[in-house]
Amino acid sequence: MTSFDPGVITHNLPDIGHGMLITLGTWAAGVSIGLLLGFVIAVIQLFSGNGMRGLLRIYIELFRGTPFLIQLFLLYYGGPNFGLTLEPMTAGVLGLGLYGSAYFAEVFRAGFQSVPRGHLEAAECLGLSRWQTVVRIQLPQMLVIIVPALTNLIIVLSKETAVLSIVTVPELTFVLTGIGTESFAFVETLLVLCVCYLALVELTSRVGMWAERRLSRFAVR
Amino acid sequence: MFNLSVFLQGFPLLFKAALATVGISLAGLLIGFFVAVAVCAARLSDDKAMRALGGAYVFFFRGVPLLVQLLLVYYLLPFVGINVPPLVAAISTCALCSAAYVAEILRGGFLGIPHGQIEAARLLGLSRLDVLQRIQVPLAFRLTLPALGNEMVLLLKASSLVSVVGVAELTRTSQNIAASTYRPLEAYLAAALIYFVINGALSLAAHYAERRLRTA
Repeated sequence: MTSFDPGVITHNLPDIGHGMLITLGTWAAGVSIGLLLGFVIAVIQLFSGNGMRGLLRIYIELFRGTPFLIQLFLLYYGGPNFGLTLEPMTAGVLGLGLYGSAYFAEVFRAGFQSVPRGHLEAAECLGLSRWQTVVRIQLPQMLVIIVPALTNLIIVLSKETAVLSIVTVPELTFVLTGIGTESFAFVETLLVLCVCYLALVELTSRVGMWAERRLSRFAVR
Repeated sequence: MFNLSVFLQGFPLLFKAALATVGISLAGLLIGFFVAVAVCAARLSDDKAMRALGGAYVFFFRGVPLLVQLLLVYYLLPFVGINVPPLVAAISTCALCSAAYVAEILRGGFLGIPHGQIEAARLLGLSRLDVLQRIQVPLAFRLTLPALGNEMVLLLKASSLVSVVGVAELTRTSQNIAASTYRPLEAYLAAALIYFVINGALSLAAHYAERRLRTA
């Protein structure tokens, strides 16, 4: 067993930095797609009939009921079977977004439901349209309520980006395990890997708590 | 496009592999539960050092991706002279990881018990241990059941990652089928279907248990 050699890390610092950037990029892109798609799904669920709602329910349950890794394999390796050939990175971001969208949709749906009925009735009595009620009454109130759940999900997705290494996306885990197997410096590389993710998660959770505090003054009881 | 016979032919092998997936998850959940009880007790203890230790455990295992934890166990332990077979690495990683989440669920459950219940029990002359056994544990169990059911589903899905260290569970087996038939779409769809059905059954069981306990 060799001694601890920080040189392995310092020599490869540019590569590691690049991997970190890819991790951050895929995470941000995946979260954005997930938030957007999830929100659209939740809004459609509010306005549509039973048939459409059932279809969206199936979509959500399928993505929540199967492992992210399998979804990624289906997209990346199974895609070409129906004419969808994707770069690893594209497949990774898209997969992350689709996976996240099912969870985000549920958070938004719960948020819409958490607005007290009396507020909706009051809005109706005041002559607001259904759409106005959503935009001016339900949305502002629910955004305050769902911040902790959203933060939680965004943190979960930050850790899911590690799975993208399996389909050869050159993100942090991929880069560092690569360096590890080349140099046999597993201790050093895995240590750095842990520290990076812990920092990422801790930072995100602090930002989430800050947002929660800032927004809590708008909460209506 | 879609080759039905490849899709169907995979199932006998995949069913067997699904048993491994269920076994790994259940073993991980069970072992993890005992670790979680210890971690939760540490986090709720009066001792400052114990609280810090429990906090550090939760911080680490919830802050690092499961894949990285798996690599830690699989690559790092041999480095310090402990050789672990892939299956042991898989189960212990699942257990250690789920323990962090379950510990937090249990802590929430214990903190969620109205204090009046405990005071009432103490006033009625129940000992500390009796209060724990007859009041706190049953109430906490009922409070945490939905979250524990949820954790079970999450762990089953997370167990797909142990395919990376070569354990022949559901995901790994579907990879093998995809490689030997050159039909990844069918192989992974079949695996996805099995995961979906198992998770559906788990959710239903959890809902059923919840309903039974509510009326009890």
